[in-house]
Parts: sequence; C-alpha cells; structure tokens
Amino acid sequence: MVGLLQYLGRLGLNFVSQAGGMALLFLTALAYTVKPPYRIRLFFKQMEFVGVNSLLVVVLTALFSGMVIAFQSYRALSKFGGETLLGGLVALSLVRELGPVLTSLMVTARAGSAMAAELGTMRVTEQIDALEVMAVNPVHYLVVPRFWAAVLMVPLLTVIADLVGIAGGYLVGVMLLKVDAGIFIKKMQEMVEWMDISSGIYKAFVFGGLLSIIGCYKGYNASGGAEGVGRATTEAVVIASVSILIGDYIMTSLLF
Amino acid sequence: MVELIDIHKSFGEHVVLRGISLKIPTGKLTFIMGRSGTGKSVLLKHIIGLLKPDRGRILIDGQDVTSFSDREWQKLRKRFGFLFQEGALFDSMTVAENVAFPLWEHSRLSKREIEEKVAEKLSVVGLLEARDKYPSELSGGMKKRAALARALALEPEIILFDEPTTGLDPILQVSIMKLIRDTQRRYGLTGVVVSHDVPIAMGAADYIAILHEGRVVAEGTPDEIRRSEHPFVKEFLKSAFEGCHPEEGQNV
Repeated sequence: MVGLLQYLGRLGLNFVSQAGGMALLFLTALAYTVKPPYRIRLFFKQMEFVGVNSLLVVVLTALFSGMVIAFQSYRALSKFGGETLLGGLVALSLVRELGPVLTSLMVTARAGSAMAAELGTMRVTEQIDALEVMAVNPVHYLVVPRFWAAVLMVPLLTVIADLVGIAGGYLVGVMLLKVDAGIFIKKMQEMVEWMDISSGIYKAFVFGGLLSIIGCYKGYNASGGAEGVGRATTEAVVIASVSILIGDYIMTSLLF
Repeated sequence: MVELIDIHKSFGEHVVLRGISLKIPTGKLTFIMGRSGTGKSVLLKHIIGLLKPDRGRILIDGQDVTSFSDREWQKLRKRFGFLFQEGALFDSMTVAENVAFPLWEHSRLSKREIEEKVAEKLSVVGLLEARDKYPSELSGGMKKRAALARALALEPEIILFDEPTTGLDPILQVSIMKLIRDTQRRYGLTGVVVSHDVPIAMGAADYIAILHEGRVVAEGTPDEIRRSEHPFVKEFLKSAFEGCHPEEGQNV
C-alpha cells in the first residue's frame, strides 16, 4: 500500500517537474527569439528539415486517409441514402481533425524524434556544454530555430494534407463509388465553413509548438550515453503524440 | 587570477568536493591531479560556471562569480577556452567550421580575416590539411588537436583542459602535452590541466594541486610535490612510477 502510494507520488512529481521544465523551455525560447543575433540560416535549415523533408510522408498519409474516409463514410451514408453528403463529410473530417492531427503525428515521428536524438547526442557528448563555454546560449542556438520552424511548417503541411486528403476522397468517391462529381464538390462547399478550416490550422500551430518543445526538452535533458539518447527519443515521440491527441480534444471541446 | 575558496559540491547523496581552496597562478600551467572520480573535472567545470558550488566562492580577478547571472557569465566566458575530454566538436561542422564557430559568434572579423585566423590556429596544432574533414573522420588525437584549435580561436586568457591526454597512445600524449605547453608559453596563458598522469604532469607543470577525498591534500611546484610527506601523495607518485606489481595486485 505504501509502496503504491510512493510509486504514484513519484509519478506525480515526475509529471509536474517535466511539465514545468517544458513550460520553462518554452518561455526561454520565446524570450530568446527577440534577442539578437538572429540566426536566419539555422532557421531556414530547420524549416527545410521539418517542412520540406516531411512533405512526402505527409502527402502519403493524407492521401490514403482521405481515401479510407471516403470508403467508410460511403458505407455508413448509403444506409440511409445520404451518399450525396460524402464530399462534405470527407472535407469536414479532414480539415477539422485528421489534417492537423495526422500531420503533427507524422512530423513528430520524423522531426520531433530527430530533434530529441540530435540534441540528446549533443548533450551526452558535451557539445551543448561546449556551446555554453563558448558563450553561446544553447537554447538560443538550438531550440529557437527548431521551435519556430515547427510552429510555422506544421500548419503549412496541414494545408497541403487537407488538400491532398480531399483529393483522395474525391478519387474514391467520384471515380470508384460513382458519386456525382458536381454534388461532391457542391456539398463540400456548402458544409465546410472558413471556421472549420481555420480551427484546424490553429490546432496545427499549437501541435507544432508542442512537438518541437517536447522533442527539444527530452534531448536537451538526456543523460546516460547512447542508451539515454535512445530513451529520450522514444519518450519524446510517445509524450508528444499523446499530448497532441489530448491537446486536440481540449482545443476541440473548448474552442470550436 | 582565479581563486577558489572552500568549494563544496554534492550530487544527490554523493559528496564530491568537501572544501576546495586553491589559488591558480596567472600565466602558469597548473595541474589538478588525483585518482579517477575524485572530482577533478567537476572542479574544472566550476571555474567556467557549468556547475555551481553548493557552498563556497569562486573569485575571478577578485570578482565573486558564484552569483553571476547568465549574461555576466556569457561576457566572462569569452576570456576562457575549454578543452573537453572527448573534444566536443560539433558533428555537423567541418574542422575549419568548428574553429571558426566562436569567431563567427563573437568577433566582428570579416569572412577573410576569419579564414586566415582559422588557418593560423589549425597550423599551430598541425591540422591544416584536415580542415575540411568532419569530426567523425578524425582519430582521437586529431579530435583533441582540433578542439584545442577551437579553444584557442578567441585568444583566451585562461584555458582549461579536461584530461587532454587520456585515451591517447604514449607518443601522442607527449606531443599533445608539448603542444599545450608550447601554446601556453607562446600566448602567455593561464592554463589549468586536469589529469591523472603523473610523469606528464611532473614534466610540464609549473604548479600542481593534488586532490584526494574532495580536498586539496598537497600543492606546490613539481619539486615540492615530489618532496611531500603526505601519505596519499607519496602513494600516488610511487604507484605512477613503479607501475603494476603482481604481488601487490593493484595499480592506481
């Protein structure tokens, strides 16, 4: 009984200290953003890494998700003769939920993990200490460009994912299931409002921030050699993915 | 002028430093010695503010730096060079870019001036032909030399060496130490070397402090250390020169 309480207590303390550490890293990164020198080159390098290099995997994920939703929704809709709503349903589920969430999850897997691994390796090989003794603030140098790259690129990728996903839905709905193309588009235009699209993009901004801060925090605080870096990377991906899903629920229920 | 006054440091339950007091002579090469795990590197990291003491003060030029803010440290650290045990070169940059890094960050030199300076530092350590290689392509000795060039790039007044000869073969150990000695003399630097290599220290040091169980048990010139009557110091020196005897079964 005491053992269980101790275990729960430790779990709780650990949670609070990590959440606090991440919040602190976030605030520090914000504060350093406005301080010179502005390392534009590093920022573009990270944008390329987070954004451009994630394009293929995001496009593939979105395309097949859109296709699957079209299939599944068609089955459900046809039970009460609502096939005509297919376009609207596919577009709504993509722009509101699946676009931002799937994009962020894929970017977490690709770039969030890489951030944790890279910073973790730099930590255990004393490269972060080296930055510090050379009077370069490591948060300024390493975290700020990664954070802003993710905050900017995840929404952009989300827009692309929305588009590609809808195209996938169209492909299946119109070409394969023979829903009328005009009705597919018309219903989509009727049912999707600007608010639906923008809410998805707001989410993407937040998810981009979450995944980069969690990835950087885990890497920055890694310890214990190669094993520690591996652990940090795994934890970063798991925590970021779960946070994205929980954050998605909270934002959906509170804001939209 | 660097002065440590009664420095205490623990990590959790583990007490590492139990009241270190040491004056590091300016313009000299000082060795901090002791067995592995006695907190030599920990002490070194206190001098440059990577670690903060639990108790005690560190004076640099008479200024108490223990309570320095990050910004004050940033300013102060430009006067320091630090050579990490494994070099800590940036993997993502070539040797030349590593050496240029502190110059890009802190000097107002033009691109050409930086290139000239990098070439100068690399030729001092004999690595000019490896300038475009990445750290992963270098041997252990080359990494240390590249790291030394980087530490020298900003022409620091004080340079700290964390186990510069550990993990190298005996010939490289001597050549790296000679390089450190020569650069220290050439630039008139204050050097602090953490090491457990007694013969090398005896040959190169101006001043030696020996750490044992978290305290300085002996300090002085190599000759004074050699004459020390402290039992640990005698054992430490003796074992280093005698090497391993099977009948005693231990080697420090």
